[in-house]
Amino acid sequence: MMNFKLISSSLVALCVFFMAPASAAVKIGMVTTLTTKAGYLGEDIRDGFNLAIEQGGGKLGGIEVELMVEDDGRKPGKGREIAERYIKSDKVKIMTGIVFSNVAMAVVPKVVKDDVFYISPNAGPSALAGKRCHQNYFNAAWQNDNLHEVMGKYVSDAGFKSAYILAPNYPAGKDALAGFKRFYTGNIAGEVYTKLGQSDYAAELANLRAAKPDAVFFFLPGGMGINFLKQYAQAGLNDSIPVFGPAFSFDARLLKAVGDAAVGVINGSQWNHDLDNPANQTFVAAFQQKYGRMPTLYASQGYDTANLIGSALQATGGKPENMTAFRAALQKAEFDSVRGNFRFGNNHHPVQDIYVREVVKDASGIYNKTVQKVFTNHADAYAAECKL
Amino acid sequence: MLLFIEQVLNGLQLGFMLFLLSAGLTLVFGVMNLINLAHGSFYMVGAYVAATVMLATGSFTLALLLALLSAALCGLLVEIIVLRHLYQRDHLDQVLATFGLILFFNETTRMIWGRQPLFMDVPEAFAGSVEILPGVPYPLYRLLIIGIGLLVAGGLYLLISHTRLGMRIRAGASNRSMVAALGVNIRWLYSLVFALGALLAGFAGVMAAPVFAVESGMGESILILTFVVIVIGGIGSVKGALLGALLVGLVDTLGRAFLPDLLQWLFATPTANSIAASLASMAIYLLMAVILAFKPRGLFPA
Amino acid sequence: MFELNRKTIILSIALLALVLLPPLSIALDESYVISSMSRVLIFAMAAISLDLIVGYGAMISFGHAAFVGLGAYTAAILGFHFHEDIAMFSFPFEFSGSNQLLISLLLAMLVAAVVAAITGMICLRTHGIHFIMITLAFAQMLYYLFISLDYYGGEDGLVMLARNELPWVDLADDSQFYYLCLLFLVAYLVLSLRLVNSQFGRVVRGCKINEQRMQALGFNTYWYRLVAYVIAATGAALAGALLANKTEFVDPGLFSWHLSGELLVMVILGGMGSIYGAVIGAIVYLLLEQIFAAYTEHWMFFLGPVLILVVIRARHGIYGLLQKWWTANV
Repeated sequence: MMNFKLISSSLVALCVFFMAPASAAVKIGMVTTLTTKAGYLGEDIRDGFNLAIEQGGGKLGGIEVELMVEDDGRKPGKGREIAERYIKSDKVKIMTGIVFSNVAMAVVPKVVKDDVFYISPNAGPSALAGKRCHQNYFNAAWQNDNLHEVMGKYVSDAGFKSAYILAPNYPAGKDALAGFKRFYTGNIAGEVYTKLGQSDYAAELANLRAAKPDAVFFFLPGGMGINFLKQYAQAGLNDSIPVFGPAFSFDARLLKAVGDAAVGVINGSQWNHDLDNPANQTFVAAFQQKYGRMPTLYASQGYDTANLIGSALQATGGKPENMTAFRAALQKAEFDSVRGNFRFGNNHHPVQDIYVREVVKDASGIYNKTVQKVFTNHADAYAAECKL
Repeated sequence: MLLFIEQVLNGLQLGFMLFLLSAGLTLVFGVMNLINLAHGSFYMVGAYVAATVMLATGSFTLALLLALLSAALCGLLVEIIVLRHLYQRDHLDQVLATFGLILFFNETTRMIWGRQPLFMDVPEAFAGSVEILPGVPYPLYRLLIIGIGLLVAGGLYLLISHTRLGMRIRAGASNRSMVAALGVNIRWLYSLVFALGALLAGFAGVMAAPVFAVESGMGESILILTFVVIVIGGIGSVKGALLGALLVGLVDTLGRAFLPDLLQWLFATPTANSIAASLASMAIYLLMAVILAFKPRGLFPA
Repeated sequence: MFELNRKTIILSIALLALVLLPPLSIALDESYVISSMSRVLIFAMAAISLDLIVGYGAMISFGHAAFVGLGAYTAAILGFHFHEDIAMFSFPFEFSGSNQLLISLLLAMLVAAVVAAITGMICLRTHGIHFIMITLAFAQMLYYLFISLDYYGGEDGLVMLARNELPWVDLADDSQFYYLCLLFLVAYLVLSLRLVNSQFGRVVRGCKINEQRMQALGFNTYWYRLVAYVIAATGAALAGALLANKTEFVDPGLFSWHLSGELLVMVILGGMGSIYGAVIGAIVYLLLEQIFAAYTEHWMFFLGPVLILVVIRARHGIYGLLQKWWTANV
């Protein structure tokens, strides 16, 4: 009896959950990463998204929406599972939220094939921008390489003759270094792939010092970046060899964990809290008021994604089922991006300005200050491979 | 050559870091025959408490004390509430229960401290570096870790072989019921040993906090390495743990440091880099497999 | 054997419920449940295979996920070469993958068997915790190997363009796929039950209780244990290949110690050394995880203590509780 009871009560519980009260609101399914070490990325995307909904009084683009959020635990299989449930049980037509490329690769191709729109607030793997682009897939953040390309360009332009570059040994890491090299014209003093999730970088730092490069570029997302930057500073390398990186290791929340070790580092980003446009000012103030912390770029991407969806909902009267119209409306991207300039290229990836920022410290704490715009209307390297 | 010496030093330093964490684990395992997957959680507790206290007061000493205290306290509570019921059980029951503890601890830190990693700086007195070799400044804090590792190793040796408590621990490890019959309160002896193990893990956490990211789940990244260490060394042997830790530290560090260059003799650079990275990741597991294949009970079976 | 006792009744009801699940969930317009339950059934199969060595042979493998991963990758790589039409090898004959389920499953089991035989020969020299760790070591090596296999997607994983094909069955249809999984599970369950009660199974179980005695009786226990290890690996690979078909995606996470750990949790939760227990464990663990995750983002906070409670309260897992109940008063 026991196992039957367990199974049946579990099934009943499942059913109760799935049979959420039907409402007229347009459902949006968010699969994101809320647990694991990277949980704060998903949290910021979700909070940015929710802020936009709240500002609309429960509506996006004047259309009532219902946001469903679930944690994928950074596991592709689990993300896939949740996405299937959203599509089959909840009949969502719009999905978003995925933080990591590997989860995106597992979920997105399936979702878009099922006539559901997927708007990425973060992950932008090269495959989805190039050969395997899809008419129902939009990326409102960046193609993965963008923030590395900007650093390649900047480090070249700033006159650093040789660079030592590091990334974890996985596809996004290899893409990152490829992106950097695409725009870096100097000499590569060393190219190192580290273990995914590595904590100790003493060996790499010793080799790096011995190679005597003019500059160091690294892409080590999350905790790996914290480890690296702390140890880089502790080894006294800060004073002799300047370090550069993408925004991922320098967002407002990570900076708190890195502390002084990050001060002075130039990093590339498509957004910063001090970008001078009205939408951004409203966003930054409202986010701080609601959540009591500085928004990160992830939050800005979640917020932009929500408003992008809002613009398409408005244009179609809240009917994503009219796929052609909804798609066309998304492609137009008629919303006030917190980044200012924003439009989509042929492969549904952003064509946008990309900046470099500097980490500075003053009485108010450690934060990023925009230094200069490096790319204007920058598209990605894979757009030509996309047949849209 | 200078670089090689520096890398060896790096390897030893990582080894001592691992030893701090392994010592407690091997002790608990040796004495109580208990597999504790949640050992990494005490490491995390130590790091989180230290980072919080340091941020609030700025005092490293206070941070260290409170962190050790809370790690030991957590250990004691866990022992009394959960693990005490599991000594007579199969190893697998212990695995499941401590796996549950990991989930619980990770989520609890996330609920208390939020999702973003915490910050902890190197204590003022140990900031900066010393030039141990001409042209090679070495971070003072890393030297401190080596020193602490040596101290802990010495302390544990004295504790186990030269004190009354150590005698009881050794006796308890070899024959539980006999010791109980002789009037030693084995229950509290076990609680004490477990708390000591947790305290050592917490200590490792405090020492790691300024160097590594303090984040929820930080325990598991290093837990597996620690298990590798104690298995290589021989379970229950503190000497084995020390040797295993140094071996793992050296193999890992030297692999990362020199494999790319070595492989460049064989392959084109990009291929070499990529292969070297994978080989370096596998190196310690290879080491363990080889050692166990020849010495199925580790280097120093207790 | 089929007397009408509580056990038979319960098992029949459970089986009936599983058989009726697809039409019921379609009627309730909750067709998602079918796909979700297919995953549960597949994991149940993997859990049974682990239980064969853990519960009956006292070989606690902390690297069992490696075989799930090998099976899954075999199916996915075969499919990849088939769809991209790239030759996998051209000597002694040209072979460019396959999308036939039976071929995928067979090759998956073969690959796993070969790897298990090689690693098993080394692993089985050790016992107890050392066995746990050496199996983990081999799984970790495979994990890092597949992370660095750029050609097959590395850490990003490999997408299967479509599920495999099987004559007369449309695997793309979730209900049909579900029934296929159920069929495999029931077949595997029956086979496993027969295996553990066979002469071979008795020797392996004997090794668990007292290996020296078995040796004294003239059995070469090393070979018996090795064969059991290989058999378990093929079961996991079978589950892996089905899982790849289910998700149409594979990634190195399938090799990770997290999944090995979860499989162990399923086995222990259900009750070690009882084939049915492994199935129950898989179902309960996966459903609990989903239910908690659906209600709160802090699901681990609740799942952890529940696991601990089960260990402390129920000595032989959930199946142990059940057994007590149906042997108590028939």
